[in-house]
Amino acid sequence: MATVKLSFSPAPVHVRTARLVGVAVARRAGVREDLLDEVRLAIGEACTRAVALHRQYGLADPVYVEMSDGVGYTVRVVDRAPIEAGLGLAALGPDELAKESLSEDALTTGVGFALLAGFVEDLQVRPFDEGVGTEVRMTWPAGRA
Amino acid sequence: MELSLATRTVGEHTVLEVGGEVDVYTAPRLRERLLELIDGGARHVVVDLGRVDFLDSTGLGVLVGALKRLRAAGGSFGLVCDKEPLLKIFRITALDQVFPLHPTVDAAIAAGSTGA
Repeated sequence: MATVKLSFSPAPVHVRTARLVGVAVARRAGVREDLLDEVRLAIGEACTRAVALHRQYGLADPVYVEMSDGVGYTVRVVDRAPIEAGLGLAALGPDELAKESLSEDALTTGVGFALLAGFVEDLQVRPFDEGVGTEVRMTWPAGRA
Repeated sequence: MELSLATRTVGEHTVLEVGGEVDVYTAPRLRERLLELIDGGARHVVVDLGRVDFLDSTGLGVLVGALKRLRAAGGSFGLVCDKEPLLKIFRITALDQVFPLHPTVDAAIAAGSTGA
């Protein structure tokens, strides 16, 4: 099993770097070419969510990303925000999305979760085992181990 | 690829051509440009996503913001998108039921002038 670990300061500019690395490792792990767009989007959404939480809570801690190719290709994105912030995710319906009263931040959060849930078949969002925070774990089928 | 933004006017419509990656880092520039256009008096805005190769939730949030602002001002907002990967993003988020989506700029302009 090969592992690539990345941690980055919670700044929007680094999310693109995480996407690029995540897709490069996915390709190397043998993830099907037609899934790579979805891998790129999902890693981006998970990292965007983590960066937003760190900024919301004023946390300078880095966002941690781990990519490994075992049975499938697994990406873990860990934030260090208080747990109550991380797990309250819900997809929004079209009526709610169009509501004037819905803030752009709330809409972006809901849409981000809808994208994660829609593009990642094997998705887990759970408390981080080693301290405060939430782990978003995504797995895709990969061709070679 | 970096974000690119180009504006042109077609009749009473303002067409904003967007290219490259629209994400958490670049979306604020798109928001700023849309606000400039709306504050400058544009009421019928068409955003052409034809050259966009990445769009995330932050970009979608900015587009919904512009749609709401224009509707409140009695204007119209249309999106041009014919790439399947991007269309899938709109379907998964249910935003295909919120935005008027058109395959071409001409179609968006034709729909915009009838008030859609």
